[in-house]
Amino acid sequence: MEKNTEEPLKTAGGLYRVELFFSKRRMILIPAAFILFLAVPLMGFNQYILRIFTVIGIYIILSLALNLVAGYTGQLSMGNAAFYAIGAYTATLLLLRGGVNYWLTIPLAAVLAGFCGLLLGLPTFRLRGSYLTIVTLGFGEIVRMILMNWDSVTNGTLGIRNIPAPDFFGITLSLRNGGFYYLVLFLVVLVSAASWFIVNSKIGRAFVSIREDEIAAQMMGIRTTKYKALAFVLSAFFSGLAGAFYAPMVGYIDSNSFTFEVSSQIISMAILGGLGTMRGMFFGAAVLIVFPEVSRFLMDYRFVIYGVILVLMMRFRPQGLLGWQPRVPVRFSKTVRSDLMREGILPEGE
Amino acid sequence: MALLEINNVSLSFGGLKAVDDVSLYVNKGEIVSLIGPNGAGKTTMFNILTGIYKIDHGGILFDGYPIQNKIPQDIVKAGISRTFQNIRLFRNIRVIENVLVGCHITIKYNFFDALFRTPKYRRAERQNMVRAVRLLYDVGLSHRVHDYASNLPYGEQRKLEIARALATGAKLILLDEPAAGMNPQESAELLRFILGLRGRGYTILMIEHDMSVVMNISDRIYVLDYGKLISQGLPQEVANDPKVIEAYLGGIQNVEN
Repeated sequence: MEKNTEEPLKTAGGLYRVELFFSKRRMILIPAAFILFLAVPLMGFNQYILRIFTVIGIYIILSLALNLVAGYTGQLSMGNAAFYAIGAYTATLLLLRGGVNYWLTIPLAAVLAGFCGLLLGLPTFRLRGSYLTIVTLGFGEIVRMILMNWDSVTNGTLGIRNIPAPDFFGITLSLRNGGFYYLVLFLVVLVSAASWFIVNSKIGRAFVSIREDEIAAQMMGIRTTKYKALAFVLSAFFSGLAGAFYAPMVGYIDSNSFTFEVSSQIISMAILGGLGTMRGMFFGAAVLIVFPEVSRFLMDYRFVIYGVILVLMMRFRPQGLLGWQPRVPVRFSKTVRSDLMREGILPEGE
Repeated sequence: MALLEINNVSLSFGGLKAVDDVSLYVNKGEIVSLIGPNGAGKTTMFNILTGIYKIDHGGILFDGYPIQNKIPQDIVKAGISRTFQNIRLFRNIRVIENVLVGCHITIKYNFFDALFRTPKYRRAERQNMVRAVRLLYDVGLSHRVHDYASNLPYGEQRKLEIARALATGAKLILLDEPAAGMNPQESAELLRFILGLRGRGYTILMIEHDMSVVMNISDRIYVLDYGKLISQGLPQEVANDPKVIEAYLGGIQNVEN
């Protein structure tokens, strides 16, 4: 069955076999991985390990969010920490000052962040490439400054302390009982699914066409400004979601939790894993969260290694470690296959 | 009534009159060529037709409706699609995905249909996938469906660009130097292919330098030079027009001027 489709792709070699293996068994492997991750808190890890897992989850969401803008649409945003911050602060303030139920603060915070994403998306009507990137960089700083100086609302540099952990049917979520882990796992699944569905639709194809050639995309009738703005909104929405989760988890937020370092860390994860792929986001987030933890003994040399890795990446693998183009044939659904057969377009045996 | 009617269109870039009072028309089912020396304003004309440039004077009617100075997206919707002189494919995505991007305006579902994979989404995706494969089959690229656009040889990239333009559902296809860089066999094959397009009901306006293509395929020819229309008519008439020969080969210099 695979014979014909393999013909033009023969040169692909070993990697192709690996891809084919995963592609064919994805219906087993993905649920299996999910069940494995469901079981993590039951494996007797201490709180420290569970915390690392949870933080990886947050950064997976942030990377997936950035990926929609930078990876698929090709508009590098260096201000995504701002949406993360807006999500965190909105959720916290709604919770503490507004008395809103925790489970409602998450979507509300994400919506407000999404709205701010629309504001940041507006310059994309006029700016391209590095000019746009500078604007997003500025946006990130402006938001941080506002959070730092708007004392009456954000409590300024002192930050907000004692953010209560949410209850789930009478159980208070904590890192120890795995509650936060399960919540972030749920959010990761949600954001991954949403991201996957968006990317594999005409919306995702419009994003990619803008990245590849904006003029040609316009000539295909794609309203490029609308789609660029949409990419920013979605990116901000998901980042806000991560922020709303983060605040009650750590119980304390201030403007220094959302510096440019956070934005650059998200970008590093996305680039390390491979911009424009989803698998790369999981990989990048896991590696860059775990690496500083396991290399604690290296202390000051950590950033030297970090720098060396970045340089080597740029030289040898600019597309990211997992950033290859899939070579397995496009999957046609059964109905498409039968339609093509009926028209005699699909070669026999494929 | 003509499918496309361009009336007294002018466009200046600063002091340079790139297009100067040009009028032309294309009837339904015709293959019309636009020729002229380099810098004559042919591609500018295409950019005007597709909404990249706004004109200073004149009007353009497509199917009876004015389309001058509309944005490119609306012009595609009206039914004009194009290819580019220097191929502009979406290089890092697959051949089939290139065509599916071309299908964009014919796919009718919204963001939430995609997010929740509604029956509407599934139906539209299925129909357009079949349509995209059929288009590739029609242009002779069915063996390339799964490949990446950047991996195609030059001639196939041109074909893919045409398939992508057809995918928009356009009635009028603008081809900007489709035979550029092709050897005689390839351009002969292209010639048959373009005739085939006309056979399937498409109308074609093309810019071309390869005279073997232009003279064999065109129903009518327009000649531009320095932004002005200097000749028009049947291929034979244009080929023998002294003004055209002068524009291409240079005339006798006027010393007194």
